[in-house]
Amino acid sequence: MNSESRKSIRVDLQIIADMIETGSRVLDVGCEHGALLDYLRRFKRVDGRGIELSTEGVKESVSHGLSVVQGDADTDLKDYPDDAFDYVVLSQTLQAMREPKAVLGHMMRIGRSAIVSFPNFAHWRVRLQLGFRGRMPVSQSMPHQWYETPNIHFCTIRDFIVLCAEMGYTIEQSIALDGSGAQRGIGRSFFLANLLGEQAVFLLKK
Amino acid sequence: MPTHDTNAAGKSQDLPGHHVHFGREAPLRLDCGVDLVDFTVAYQTYGTLNADKSNAIVVCHALTSDQFVAEPHPLTSKPGWWRLMVGPGLPIDTDRYFVICSNILGGCIGTTGPQDVNPVTGKPWGLDFPVITIADMVRAQAMLVDHLGIDKLFAVIGGSMGGMQVLEWAALFPERMCAALPIATAPRHSAQNIAFHEVGRQAIMADPDWHGGDYQSHDARPYRGLAVARMAAHITYLSEQALTRKFGRELQDRDEVSWGFDADFQVESYLRHQGITFVDRFDANSYLYITRAMDYFDLSKRYGGVLANAFKGTSVRFCVVSFSSDWLYPTRESRAIVHALNAAGANVSFVEISSDKGHDAFMLDEPDFHRVVAGFLRGCAEYHGLNRNLGNGA
Repeated sequence: MNSESRKSIRVDLQIIADMIETGSRVLDVGCEHGALLDYLRRFKRVDGRGIELSTEGVKESVSHGLSVVQGDADTDLKDYPDDAFDYVVLSQTLQAMREPKAVLGHMMRIGRSAIVSFPNFAHWRVRLQLGFRGRMPVSQSMPHQWYETPNIHFCTIRDFIVLCAEMGYTIEQSIALDGSGAQRGIGRSFFLANLLGEQAVFLLKK
Repeated sequence: MPTHDTNAAGKSQDLPGHHVHFGREAPLRLDCGVDLVDFTVAYQTYGTLNADKSNAIVVCHALTSDQFVAEPHPLTSKPGWWRLMVGPGLPIDTDRYFVICSNILGGCIGTTGPQDVNPVTGKPWGLDFPVITIADMVRAQAMLVDHLGIDKLFAVIGGSMGGMQVLEWAALFPERMCAALPIATAPRHSAQNIAFHEVGRQAIMADPDWHGGDYQSHDARPYRGLAVARMAAHITYLSEQALTRKFGRELQDRDEVSWGFDADFQVESYLRHQGITFVDRFDANSYLYITRAMDYFDLSKRYGGVLANAFKGTSVRFCVVSFSSDWLYPTRESRAIVHALNAAGANVSFVEISSDKGHDAFMLDEPDFHRVVAGFLRGCAEYHGLNRNLGNGA
């Protein structure tokens, strides 16, 4: 069990992990190599499941004893029953969904809570690249060129908050992360969070 | 056409290994309604059962395989069919797990099947043998597990028809197992699969030596029909890429075609060889009964047509595996299993292994597949605290 290499996880995953109660049931949608699930299993006694599109990610996760299904969140979430999990996590994947609104709807149907993290398209660097250079933004949290990006539905922190209001979800917790990984509560200064947050993490309840 | 040792397939009762008799006190009620009152199950074991009997794995074999998983076959001397998977240090590690593999009910390698003597008439069963199902095979295996004094299996694992048995185990006896690995399989036999099986059965029944299934009393065997059945089936186990890579259009032992119907092409020669070697170790009526059992397999049927109902409330941890070039049991069949398990809220992993080797990939050298199985079992062992009991030599 390759546990030593998995002791520390990405800063946004750490924020997500901190939002999750010990001993709960978690579905990680787009779990990649299972880093979050592995962390949750070892440090929070979580009963975790994952969905991952890439064969490599699934193989590595299952080989580490994690319960991960090869599948596509856009089509496969509908197979899960209502309220099957305490938390459904979607980290850095919302923007790659064909139907992000439908995916969010399924997450809230399957779980008591949903945790969503995504790169903020209103971050000042993005605004600069698009506004002044006239180029599609490329940054640490959006590392792909426009012609090869899997990300097809970018949104801003403000967009996401509007969508949650529209869908009637309560935002329990919201955190913006700047480029250096420093956290800022979005509630305190909405405008600044939208400008300075390179990415955001939201905890939603029905 | 085939050459053969006329007695080979009839010697199965003399095969080495364990045999246990069932049914005399409590008969096995088959799905077809018949009570099987006196039958034998032949099985092999590998590894050591630990003190609390918590490390047992049942391996379920495919249509034409048998209980000789990890040792040379006594009839053919060929290495065990899952020698890459079962053994010391292998994914199903016999240093840690106690592996049980029995020959299926209706088979011809030691477990009672149509070639054996019907105790009521004193003559071979032939077509009087009752039609059996995958669930019947599993019930017979469960009797064996009882006989061995094991309440709960650590895992049930199998590919192809073995995978169907794994699904039946999970549906019939979920409380008797921790983990299930259905590999390269389907929750029901498709029309295409039934069609291929029918070609095989018709080939056997069209052989004049079949004698309406009563060939044993005519001192004959429908070898030609059985060989053709095997040849047709064997094509379905491979992929076009695998056949092309292995043989292409290469000629066999000649520079020009013969302008006739010799085995000009290497692929023809290969298939003929597959057919001929098969009839030396397999019984034709057994082939009819086992293919029928697979055709009848439709797990959801018993559960109101909803596959998820077969797994409702299950605590079994599943790992479903498919292979990308398997056109006999394609990935979509495995996905149907996974979707049902998700709907049932089951703990399930699923991987599609990239391979160009077709259905047979599950028995071949596929390191990714082996890594997934080993990792999944290790994870389950950890979850069930099995590690504490391993390696104590009990």
